[in-house]
Amino acid sequence: MFDLLEKKPVILLLLAAVVIMIGTTVTMIAPFKWINDPSQKIAGVKPYTPLQLEGRDIYIREGCNNCHTQTVRPLVADVARYAPGSTDGYSKVGEFVYDQPHLWGSRRTGPDLARIGGKYPGAWHYKHMVDPQSMVPKSNMPSYAFLKQPLDSSITERKMKALGFPYTQGELDAVKGKTELDAMVAYLQKLGNDIPWRKAAVAGPLVGDLKNPFAGNAAGGVEGKKLYEENCAQCHGKDLKGDIGVPLAELKKTEGEIFTTIYQGLDRLGMPAFGDTLGKEKVWKVISYISSRKGEK
Amino acid sequence: MGVKTGYSDEVTKGFLFWSIIWGLVAVLVGVLISFQLVFPQLNFPPFLTYGRLRPLHTNAAIFGWGIGSFMGMFYYITQRLTKAPIWSLGLARFQLWLFNLVIVLAAVTLLMGYNQSKEYAELEWPIDILVVILWVIFTVNILMTIMKRKEEQMYVSLWYIIATLVGVAVLYLVNNAGIPVSLTKSYSAFAGANDANVQWWYGHNAVAMVLTTPPLAIFYYFLPKSTGVPIYSHRMGIIAFWSLIFMYLWTGAHHLLWTPIPDWVQTLAMGFSIMLIAPSWASVINGYLSMNGQWHQMRDNYLAKFFIFGITFYGLQTLQGPAQAVRTFSAFIHYTDWVPGHVHMGALGWVSLILFAGIYYLIPRLYNTELHSVKLANAHFWLAVTGQLIYSISMWIAGVQQATMLHATNADGSLHYSFMETLTEMYPYWHMRAGGGVIYLVSLFIFIYNIIKTVQSGSATGETARATGAA
Repeated sequence: MFDLLEKKPVILLLLAAVVIMIGTTVTMIAPFKWINDPSQKIAGVKPYTPLQLEGRDIYIREGCNNCHTQTVRPLVADVARYAPGSTDGYSKVGEFVYDQPHLWGSRRTGPDLARIGGKYPGAWHYKHMVDPQSMVPKSNMPSYAFLKQPLDSSITERKMKALGFPYTQGELDAVKGKTELDAMVAYLQKLGNDIPWRKAAVAGPLVGDLKNPFAGNAAGGVEGKKLYEENCAQCHGKDLKGDIGVPLAELKKTEGEIFTTIYQGLDRLGMPAFGDTLGKEKVWKVISYISSRKGEK
Repeated sequence: MGVKTGYSDEVTKGFLFWSIIWGLVAVLVGVLISFQLVFPQLNFPPFLTYGRLRPLHTNAAIFGWGIGSFMGMFYYITQRLTKAPIWSLGLARFQLWLFNLVIVLAAVTLLMGYNQSKEYAELEWPIDILVVILWVIFTVNILMTIMKRKEEQMYVSLWYIIATLVGVAVLYLVNNAGIPVSLTKSYSAFAGANDANVQWWYGHNAVAMVLTTPPLAIFYYFLPKSTGVPIYSHRMGIIAFWSLIFMYLWTGAHHLLWTPIPDWVQTLAMGFSIMLIAPSWASVINGYLSMNGQWHQMRDNYLAKFFIFGITFYGLQTLQGPAQAVRTFSAFIHYTDWVPGHVHMGALGWVSLILFAGIYYLIPRLYNTELHSVKLANAHFWLAVTGQLIYSISMWIAGVQQATMLHATNADGSLHYSFMETLTEMYPYWHMRAGGGVIYLVSLFIFIYNIIKTVQSGSATGETARATGAA
């Protein structure tokens, strides 16, 4: 049979096409029947607004997906890092039904962004996009200060129509006069926020004795200072006088309350959770440092 | 070669010339972006940022350097194996122009930020249409040449060429399906997990149909030509061919392990990836066994060195790849620098070494001369291999280290390292990688110098003239 094939190019070509189509049919065409099935729909997941969509298109234009992924895998470290505090904060198929194209990416030169929405206040993102190293020292992300240019909204409506997303005239008008950076931040703040993983994550109170093991231990404060400058100073200021975050010098909270806030985050004020990246010990060291500077003017 | 028909090799010359240019662009951009990862101030927004340059790097490498050389070599090989001239020289000439137009448009639009975001399918829809026209012209011309052949039996290289023509067409058309909203903007026709699954069916089989079957076609043709030894087993070649093109198409989802696509698709991809070791290594072993009794050529014949190292890197690549396709290992190294380390062993080691060898073989024959300097070719070889190994090995170590740190937990179950703590550990490796890239770039300059000197010493009328002259 092979002898025949070697003399009949048309048959060889057709047979090669058939052979290629077998795996294609099973693993690429057939899954359309299961993926994005209505039964996997998540009610909270909404299409993008005009501003968010424009932000997403800038994300695509700038190739952010070359360094950032948007899928949290059901692995302990992935969930702890990118959906902290939750047990089931990994990505679900129903979250992506409005993503044309998907932006899952293939390399995490920077962190995953599937759950970035709501992690930081908008002001954090503005500062970070303009000068990443000011917020994250030693980061290798390029500056995107040029996104402060006006957003081109001339085909926004056509885009919404092409994707079949609902919109109001008010939403379209809201895009006008915005900068590209506004759109980008609007997009980032939506990411991962359509499912209630964050609320579920911080619902439970911390159990155990919230007592600082480094109380009265000067060494804890010294290390705490370093940790503070790496993780907290960007928002609360090197001098603890506050900026994006609240001032800490005159904070009227017990150490236990501060621990809960740092460990679990405070959604209402846009305070991210640090429990899963710092761990208890380092959080207490930071608190030791903050306490040592209490009352300073 | 004693051939008495009027082959035409001017298009081959053109494709080789331009593919070398695009290959140089790919490596230059690669070196630049490797430094950008270490020194973010080397990003010059808006046009020269990592996010816009990286697609240019991959497109120039895969399509400019890879496809460009394949097109040139396929025209050469097909004419010899069919003992027939190119079916339409006019179409082939037009194809060369169109090819360069597409690559230039690709470079310009990618820097402008016009892209579909899908890896290796970034180009926006108007360029996609040009690519389709390009591919149809190429396919028709090669197939018609084969139809009008004067040699009835088709050698194994021709099967790989035919599979490439069909495979690329299917992949490209499906994955680029989109909804245009303007000349420079479109949305994918597929959404979310479906889009991801289609994309990696495409992405991984671009590796099959662009970075595996064409270099194999070239290897099977030029290894015997360069060394004088026949391929060890024709039967093994047949079995390897059919099982390779059968199994590859099942494996795309190994890029999506642990993502929300159905588990059974992931499991099939994992299983078939491991099965792929067999046909891949059939080609490797076929290459090795062909050299039986001729291993001294590794010392005497610089071309043998390129081919055998190339097929060896193919062998290593096709062991490492299946390992990465296993769920547990993927959980560990996916999204880290391990993967670029893997990719570059294939791109710089396997595909490029085979292409260099093909070009070294062809240029002296096309210009009726001898290679300017075998010594320089050897220098090129060792520098290229050294640069590539520095790149890959440093990235494998970096990947393992970052993966270990990302997965490390404290006694209370919290993560031990913040993301930034793992990133700052990568800087020394990224310096090494950039150094490896610079070494590779130097090797490329030596190669180009050697080729230019060879062309200058030759006459514009090479093998064709000799052949027709003898007729």
